[in-house]
Amino acid sequence: MAILEAKGLEAWYGPVRAVHGVDFEVENGGVTALLGANGAGKTTILRALSGLIRRSGEIRFRGHSMSGLATEDIARLGVAHVPDGRGTFVDLTVEENLRLGAYVRADRQGVRADFDRMFALFPRLAERRRQQAGTLSGGEQQMLAIARALLMRPALLMLDEPSFGLAPLVVAEIFRALAEINRDEGVSLLLVEQNASLALDLAGRAVLIETGRVALAGPSQTIRADDAVRRAYLGY
Amino acid sequence: MGAFLHQVASGLALGGVYAIMALALVMIYQATQLINFAQGEMAMFSTYFAWKLMDLGEPYWFAFFATVIASFIGGIVIERLIVRPFAKAPVLASVIVFIGLSLIFNSLAGWLYGYSVTSFDSPFTGRPWFGAGYMSAHEAGAVLVTLCVLALVYAFFRFTPLGLAMRAAAQNPESSRLVGIRVGWMLAIGWGLAAAIGSVAGMMAAPIVYLDPNMMGGVLLYAFAGAVLGGIDSPFGAVFGGVAVGVLGNLIGAYVVGDEVKLSVALAIIIAVLVWRPSGLFGRRLVARV
Repeated sequence: MAILEAKGLEAWYGPVRAVHGVDFEVENGGVTALLGANGAGKTTILRALSGLIRRSGEIRFRGHSMSGLATEDIARLGVAHVPDGRGTFVDLTVEENLRLGAYVRADRQGVRADFDRMFALFPRLAERRRQQAGTLSGGEQQMLAIARALLMRPALLMLDEPSFGLAPLVVAEIFRALAEINRDEGVSLLLVEQNASLALDLAGRAVLIETGRVALAGPSQTIRADDAVRRAYLGY
Repeated sequence: MGAFLHQVASGLALGGVYAIMALALVMIYQATQLINFAQGEMAMFSTYFAWKLMDLGEPYWFAFFATVIASFIGGIVIERLIVRPFAKAPVLASVIVFIGLSLIFNSLAGWLYGYSVTSFDSPFTGRPWFGAGYMSAHEAGAVLVTLCVLALVYAFFRFTPLGLAMRAAAQNPESSRLVGIRVGWMLAIGWGLAAAIGSVAGMMAAPIVYLDPNMMGGVLLYAFAGAVLGGIDSPFGAVFGGVAVGVLGNLIGAYVVGDEVKLSVALAIIIAVLVWRPSGLFGRRLVARV
């Protein structure tokens, strides 16, 4: 069963259509990667799913249509979005950033337990709890963005280039945490990545986007074995 | 020396009023990068509302709190009905809307209550328990009320989830929406809060400057000078600037230029700050990466 289905998804930046009818789905409990070159439309697709830009087509989350919903309602349904650039509240502390993730939740004890789990998952955030979030390193801000999104207790976590601009060791740490979240908590992931090799390691399925259209889709092994993908995106 | 201290003390009382108004301006500015030019007339209208309640025989503190609540609701309604439709319009359109709003409130107050200057009661009577001899009972009371308002506003933004969400919505609307915060409502509540604390400023100013439809014109100008001096994006700066302008204005009015041209002190401060230090004393200097 698919937790998220997109059918004929189109998206606009102002008057310009950047995504031209894309179909794909994210399996319940699975990881789907959106791959593609710079400017292919991957970020645009995530922003369209979250209702941050004008879109049309059918989007179903857990079987319910969310095509007409506003961003905040989509978030409240259980879709967390770690945006391009991490979306840090730079003037607030690390702890305040996390509290905002739990803003719509009423279960105080559950939130407290989730704080502890996040600090176990990313111990560096615990050390920097009272620090202004804008002073964190890029990797720490990425961890903060993921922890903030997870505090929403989402069923689906969408990540926009979580490896962008980070050192390989930090990237490895973040991807280890993502695998753990997916395996242990059953959070489905929709991952946008330029680093195709990294994404294919984590994802069960992949969708290759080229100039706003689906060029290829299927299980990760199939995508990895495709000659054109190998040459263009994996570099061997 | 005694006269000097007296000028400082009464400057503090008026400065508190300016500080509250400056804080109201900064609240809206932080969320929308716009100055609400109608803030003063909204506060004046609220003050008339309180006066009407007392005229009908209600006790002072009932009228006070009823006015604060009514102003809060009124602020929200104004945002939703009049300001919201221009959210995506050019800045100039919003400025015109604010100026229009201030004219409407001014005329509405004149039409409903007349243009004659009316006295407005102070709940503080007798000898003040501090600053006696330098401050009137009302001035001392106004200082206390100012401190209460500032403490409440601080506690609200610092310690409550709603306050945190409002700060988040002002700073980063997109990330706020992504965690489920209804940013549009946060703006409306911000207008409500600004109107509510503005009404307190109006009620504290009225016994000093007297009640008439133009009573807040000068106050708003001083408050704006205070906000600019402190830094238009800094709540702490706005409060400091408001008090500083109150005291400075009084002293310069008494010893340098005389009361008649006192108001131009505010103008001079605004121009001087904008020329020499546009970000104000505590404001953040805007640096754009190109």
